[in-house]
Amino acid sequence: MSGEKKTQKELTDEEMKKFIEFVESMKKSMGLPMVPDIKTGVALWVDQRELNVRFVIGVERLKPFFNGLADGKVLATKCKICGEIYFPPQVDCPKCRKSDVEWIELSKEGTLVTYTQINVKPYSFSHYDDYIVGIGKLPEGVNVTAWVRESDPKKLKVGMKIRLEVVKREPEGYYVYEWVPVE
Amino acid sequence: MRNVAIVGTGHSKFGVRNDVSMSELAWEAIKEALDEAGLEQKDIEYFIVSNTGGWSSEPLPAVVIGEYSKLVPKGTVRVEAACASGSAAVKLAYDMVASGHVDIAMAIGIEKMNESPTPIVVEFIGRAGNYFWEFENFGLTFPGYYALHATAYMSKYGATEEDLCKVAVKNHYYGARNPKAQFQREITVEKCMSSRYIAWPLKLYDCCPITDGAAAVILAGEEKAKELTDSPIWIAGIGSASGTSNMSKRGTFSSLEAAVVAAKMAYKEAKINPDNPVKYIDVANVHDCFTIAELMAYEDLGFAKRGEAVDWIRNDQTYIGGKIPVNVDGGLKAKGHPIGATGEGMIAELTRQLLSRVEKDRQAPIKNGYALAHNIGGTGHYAYVTILSLSKPMR
Repeated sequence: MSGEKKTQKELTDEEMKKFIEFVESMKKSMGLPMVPDIKTGVALWVDQRELNVRFVIGVERLKPFFNGLADGKVLATKCKICGEIYFPPQVDCPKCRKSDVEWIELSKEGTLVTYTQINVKPYSFSHYDDYIVGIGKLPEGVNVTAWVRESDPKKLKVGMKIRLEVVKREPEGYYVYEWVPVE
Repeated sequence: MRNVAIVGTGHSKFGVRNDVSMSELAWEAIKEALDEAGLEQKDIEYFIVSNTGGWSSEPLPAVVIGEYSKLVPKGTVRVEAACASGSAAVKLAYDMVASGHVDIAMAIGIEKMNESPTPIVVEFIGRAGNYFWEFENFGLTFPGYYALHATAYMSKYGATEEDLCKVAVKNHYYGARNPKAQFQREITVEKCMSSRYIAWPLKLYDCCPITDGAAAVILAGEEKAKELTDSPIWIAGIGSASGTSNMSKRGTFSSLEAAVVAAKMAYKEAKINPDNPVKYIDVANVHDCFTIAELMAYEDLGFAKRGEAVDWIRNDQTYIGGKIPVNVDGGLKAKGHPIGATGEGMIAELTRQLLSRVEKDRQAPIKNGYALAHNIGGTGHYAYVTILSLSKPMR
């Protein structure tokens, strides 16, 4: 796909680059980062401070889950006292107010509950082609949200059989789980 | 708890408001509300600012707006309940006045979304919900979350993309008659159907726009309200509820469970029969951030039975003259959805509807004197249902 058609990220970046070049030229002539709004001509101040945000998130207690992914398994937690299964996994059972859980491997076969295709993507996902996100139900009674390996949403159906697989997400290169249609 | 009335409302023009700063935009609504109530800043004992932010430059909007509008040194707080922040602000102001802690409080909603480019705004809204388990790996967007509901609803009840477009057509019809609306032009089902997919099966015209806007509501206790105005609009009931942050933990995708809970609470407090609310309510504003959301709202509020919202929209039941007029200000779809100001925008609109003060061709006939605002934050993460009344509630 890439090569012929630009990704949404490339288009956004080009547009932003052009805009910033325009701001820089205005700044040079006026000494101020002020530009007219393209549609209305009103004056806009273009922020001279850029903020890049990347969060660092604590996952120490969820290490078994991520180690499981590396082994090709999707794990959930199960409270040893009341039997409640948690996905996304959590090590505290707020029902029992205890933190005594075991890690269990989830079944792979599920059914598709609902789905969508993301056509207009968030900036940080705009380097991908349109992707399908689905929610699938597993026999354990938990739902799992994940991408569905299919490019045409019309080929999917609510209630169809799907299978959970661990894959490497590229180009980032890290493990994540994904639904695969089996019909 | 004592009775509480709305004694002043303000509503800015919604849209791309690059012509004003955040403070200037908020002031448009604050000034209008103060003028309407005949009050001065010193009379406002506490002001609550609803704003979601992230996309806009000011991280502490309450104090920035407080200074600009000369509301300092009154107590303030900024509240966030995503797209329902405005209704949350009204509820907190209501609680403060009802409890007797203050006599007069103001809820001010403000959102300046166009300070960031669209892909960044899409990113911010997509992150709302459960960042780590749903956004980080799967890049859901807000249209995407509601599209998950659309797929489920359409599969369950046989609704079509054309049906969804009919909601957009209705709301654009009324937006065209509201000078405060972002989109003041009518559209056709064909135009909607031929628009590009944003999150399949939702298309561009199924989605509300990115909006700047402000709205404000002043609340007063019963005695004070009677001093201030001959036409107070009373708050008859408020219901609020929450839903799970992860979509995957919801029991259904053809309804928003939090909205059902909030509606029941509000009906009970307002003494409205939950089996037939349409008999009481003259006009409603529901949270139509996406067309599917409006259909689910008809059912979650008990206006229509499960699965019947489709027939309602096919048969124009929510236009003026139908079973119950809904979003006759254009709704979020056409009036616009400045996230933190949407709630106050709904309450201001409905106050004016009950007082028969809006433009003639979008004025609902007021017979029973009740109006309802259904304001959802996130995808059913927060739900607020507020019922207003022309006559004083019996406590």
